[in-house]
Amino acid sequence: MSELHAQTVPFVRDTMLPQQPPPNRETGALHWLRANLFSGPINTILTILGLLIIWFLVSHFWDWFAHSVWNAESLTQCREIIAATWGEDARGACWAVIRERWHQYMFGFYPRELYFRPIIAFGFLFVALAPVLFSESVRIRRIVLIVAAAATLILSVMVGAPLPWLVFAAIVMIGAVVVAERNAPWLLIFSALYPLLGVWMLWGGSAWGELSVLASVALGWLAWRLSVRISPLIAVIAGVAVTLALLLFVAGDAAEDLQSLIPLDITAIDSDQFGGFLLSITIGVAGIALSLPLGIILALARRSDMFLVNKLAVVFIEFIRGVPLITLLFVASLLLNYFLPPGTNFDIILRVIIMVTIFAAAYMAEVIRGGLAALPKGQYEAADALGLDYWKAQRLIILPQALKISIPGIVSTFIGMFKDTTLVVFVGLFDPLKGISDFVRANFAWKGVYWEPFIFTGAIFFIICFSMSRYSMYLERRLQRDHR
Amino acid sequence: MTETSERQIDRSQMQVSDEVAIEIANMNKWYGTFHVLRDIDLTVHRGERIVIAGPSGSGKSTLIRCINRLEEHQSGRIVVDGIELTSDIKNIDKVRSEVGMVFQHFNLFPHLTVLENCTLAPIWVRKVPRKQAEQTAMRFLEKVKIPEQANKYPGQLSGGQQQRVAIARSLCMQPRIMLFDEPTSALDPEMIKEVLDTMIELAEEGMTMICVTHEMGFAQAVANRVIFMDQGQIVEQNSPKEFFNNPKSERTKLFLSQILGH
Repeated sequence: MSELHAQTVPFVRDTMLPQQPPPNRETGALHWLRANLFSGPINTILTILGLLIIWFLVSHFWDWFAHSVWNAESLTQCREIIAATWGEDARGACWAVIRERWHQYMFGFYPRELYFRPIIAFGFLFVALAPVLFSESVRIRRIVLIVAAAATLILSVMVGAPLPWLVFAAIVMIGAVVVAERNAPWLLIFSALYPLLGVWMLWGGSAWGELSVLASVALGWLAWRLSVRISPLIAVIAGVAVTLALLLFVAGDAAEDLQSLIPLDITAIDSDQFGGFLLSITIGVAGIALSLPLGIILALARRSDMFLVNKLAVVFIEFIRGVPLITLLFVASLLLNYFLPPGTNFDIILRVIIMVTIFAAAYMAEVIRGGLAALPKGQYEAADALGLDYWKAQRLIILPQALKISIPGIVSTFIGMFKDTTLVVFVGLFDPLKGISDFVRANFAWKGVYWEPFIFTGAIFFIICFSMSRYSMYLERRLQRDHR
Repeated sequence: MTETSERQIDRSQMQVSDEVAIEIANMNKWYGTFHVLRDIDLTVHRGERIVIAGPSGSGKSTLIRCINRLEEHQSGRIVVDGIELTSDIKNIDKVRSEVGMVFQHFNLFPHLTVLENCTLAPIWVRKVPRKQAEQTAMRFLEKVKIPEQANKYPGQLSGGQQQRVAIARSLCMQPRIMLFDEPTSALDPEMIKEVLDTMIELAEEGMTMICVTHEMGFAQAVANRVIFMDQGQIVEQNSPKEFFNNPKSERTKLFLSQILGH
């Protein structure tokens, strides 16, 4: 060794080595199998065990799926068809229940001739979300908008939407595709208006109600704008105060007066008529959209130096997280009535949305607090040293990074919250999983049908939740800023 | 010692005026019950280049962080550009936009491009129009010799390049005073020079600078005053020549022998 070393020390490289390709590895399917499934005795045993489990499950359920009946009028008829086709002992799936009652799973008790309204509202949801969710990738946004437009128009025609509504939907959706190509940020105007438009399309009634809310918000914004030069804090208070005052004391009467002057109404739908996935998605979307900003505010409050703000946030978060969601829903449906003045008509879906929102926001706050804590202190110091005030530093430096770190947790909270919307069955609303299924089974024809509705609703929940999960992975990749 | 000392520096251009830029009088600071800064008195004139040296834990970083109120002092006075630092947020923001700061770990904003890092504060604090802010930013990026990296993200640059971006980002606010908190301590040896060269250029233009650093070559070449701190106190301050060749206190001698002795 030492001799060799002595010879190698006086050495000067005169040419640098060029880059070379790595040596060829073994490739091909066989190699892959050996490397991944049969690399050692334990791996081999686990592979065989896994295959056996899969075989057991598939063989167990295969017949049931293979013996599917789609055309029947009752469960009994289904069983007769199965017995006649595949023999007396055969078991099979009776999808006929879905075929006959799919509309209740989707729309609850919404009037059948008005199905186009939720469909178009759902299509518009994609127009409202596209500029927010896909602000950076033009291609994906284009695909989403075109698919949403096509699907919405085809489905609306299929459920028999009247011509004016078709034209309205076509103008908005095709317009959105065009605007997205020209000047995408303009779509955000639609996103801002969508909550009111969506509410009006789903619940119907006089559009003046929604328009008066819009006017109240606009006047509140004006108040903020006019006073923002004096002091940002006073401006926020003024804006909120003006909006609330108008909403509470002026908007209702004004809307009625205007309605009697110029009628602008469509068929009103009662909250009791909502059900199925229409209900779940309405509550879920509203809860998601509201719980994120509320969660951010709570997270910032919990990290605040101000004693009272901090403690209030802690108490709120810990209390809400420490109570089951069902408790909050019962409070919403029963207890609130004791506290509200008699005769107050406070919509049950709105009450449920509020409870679901604060429940999700408490979890969201903790997820975001984790993201905030993960940021190096240097980021706060650099923002301070540049003279950015608290809100600017949060908005431009801290939150973009903290939210990016928290994406997996935020989306998990969203997914959990969306699935929790099925709990509304306990306050008498018809969720798709139990509410609607119980209703379907209450009919003698479908008494005893359990598996098929569960699989059907489960599949739809899975598709929606899996999409959210994939979106979060897309977003994480998209926001990757280092090592590129 | 690095190569900077070999570089010829035209000290005649680096005029020190009589105008006072920073005045610290009788300042004390505690972390809890720990007395980190004790009776600090320091007057910095416009155009001065001050290097603060000392062992770790001696309070040098804390001292310059007090100057833009990243740390709060509990007694005494700090006046920066005629503005006294109190708990008044307006004064603090005013001082912060006048005083640039460069950190040991750069603290660039990783989610923004180099150009966006440089234009953010001018646009949102100084209300400079975006176009103009971008022009200014490009000018300073050229000055620190990395205009071609403007549209990359900080994570794609080397440490030395990141630190130069950090300097450009501070300069974009057109500060009258620059604070450097160990700007080269986190850098690979090969990258230290490029950052020091940028700082020397700034000094030659007459920027008022306070620099916490272990680069004694830089101190000898650029500083017109070296301050030595230990245990939260200013132990010795002198011109670099006197400081290095003829240290007065035993503590300074020991420190110098330890950092220059190898």
